[in-house]
Amino acid sequence: MAKKEVDDRFKKFGTVSFTAITKTNDFISYLEEGKVMATRCKECGAVYFPPRSDCAKCLNSNMEWFEVTGTGTLLSFSELKYAPVGFEDDLPYTIALLDYGDYKVFGRISQEIPYEDLNVGMKLKTEFNNLPSGQLNYVFKRP
Amino acid sequence: MGKVGIIGVGQSNFVRGYPGSIRELAFEGFKEAMKDAKIERKDINASIIASAPEYDKQRSPAGVIAEYLGLIPQPTFYIESVCSSSSMALRVAYSMIKSGLHDIIAIVGFQKMSEISSSESQERMGRGADIQWEAPFGTMMPAYYAMYAQAHMAKYGTTGEDLAKIRVKAATYGQINEKAVYRKPVTMEMFTDPESNISATVAKPLRVGDCCANADGSSCIIVANEEKARALCDKPVWILGLGAASEAVNMAGRDLLTGLSVGIEAGKQAYEMAGVTPKDIDVAEVHDCFTIAEMMAYENLGFAKPGEGKDLITSKETYKEGSIPVNVDGGLLSKGHPIGATGGSQIRTITLQLRGEAGEMQVKDPEIGLVHNIGGVGLYGNVTILGR
Repeated sequence: MAKKEVDDRFKKFGTVSFTAITKTNDFISYLEEGKVMATRCKECGAVYFPPRSDCAKCLNSNMEWFEVTGTGTLLSFSELKYAPVGFEDDLPYTIALLDYGDYKVFGRISQEIPYEDLNVGMKLKTEFNNLPSGQLNYVFKRP
Repeated sequence: MGKVGIIGVGQSNFVRGYPGSIRELAFEGFKEAMKDAKIERKDINASIIASAPEYDKQRSPAGVIAEYLGLIPQPTFYIESVCSSSSMALRVAYSMIKSGLHDIIAIVGFQKMSEISSSESQERMGRGADIQWEAPFGTMMPAYYAMYAQAHMAKYGTTGEDLAKIRVKAATYGQINEKAVYRKPVTMEMFTDPESNISATVAKPLRVGDCCANADGSSCIIVANEEKARALCDKPVWILGLGAASEAVNMAGRDLLTGLSVGIEAGKQAYEMAGVTPKDIDVAEVHDCFTIAEMMAYENLGFAKPGEGKDLITSKETYKEGSIPVNVDGGLLSKGHPIGATGGSQIRTITLQLRGEAGEMQVKDPEIGLVHNIGGVGLYGNVTILGR
């Protein structure tokens, strides 16, 4: 009997991923193509970031992917000087939340932007990012 | 259906590196509550054990602890909502007593955080948020609350100095609370002194001094139906209102970043059930895991208008002599925050205040008190209103 293939693509997400198997694994394949994707319910049109495979509004599971494009507004951010186990080598890094209107995106600010230049209300874009370890995530950059 | 009353309260010392196991730690809070309630083990119909998992190796701690406390064969079970676990357990105990299923229930909260390192602890705490989409970015509790602080500062002009005032207040009372883990004074100068550890940045804009102290500890609350409470207790403290709420685990799912929606919602429910308003509260315990959390609690509970929390602390209205004393036992910031034990400790403080037994920390003649206990980064919220 052939060994069953396990789709554990999500283990590639971020510095340390705590999830391997999810129905949103295609998110990782899109990241490998350089795209940061969200999902939209094909039944009721509700949009989700982070992506969901099931619609919380109408309880359908008929979702489609769409790309996070354009700019979002920086709602808040924080630069970490201490890190949880497994993230020490990334220090210092800045986590942040961007508002795209219909949805929000939580992630990291690109190392290209000095902390002093950050202001609540500024416009940033979301872009995929390769980590030195071979893992993947996305970062917020100047448009 | 009658009221539900608190007939006994207890708490261990909150310490770093408790020299014993979780069952021995739980015993300390329970023993004190039993002494306070002056009842026997057979009077207790059920126990509810509350903590956050993964800080120790024991799976299903309820049975182990119930046995050690001599509470078998009565039913026992585990309740978890991270940092608000023991307030959630009180909510469950209330409903079991109101239903008539049980007459007397013991709620035992505990946490032994010192079995793991501080950075391991941060990793576990961070996993109380969204592990799929946020934890891979390296999140931790201080950083999430720092994002609330940043948003609060941007919208309302709140400053690091305003936040520091909250820690200075907490330390004022931590020094006189013999059960507190952090008993040293904290001054405003320490927040700007680069030589002081208090001023070291954890996650901008929060500094070490803005963060609560991890601790090992246990708490116990014994509740009874009205008939038993009146028969067994000289000064029962009644549960007047209970509120509870939940919020999106992911920051991206939240609309409010300058306050905790669960605090607002749970507070509204508790005020309505108790038939009181924020002005009626004489003493409060709020979930000050970080200074910004206390600032937001002032505003979310209606002690101050949104954005005016800074004025409340600047005018010292939340000190013991002020119009709304808050966390006059040192709070999570100085008393310490052994996650599963915290809610029970807050309830104990308010119970002692309402009984006039809070010693040096006693507020003048309070009649109604409030406990605000948050789980995770505003993931769960419990507000409990107590009265004489």
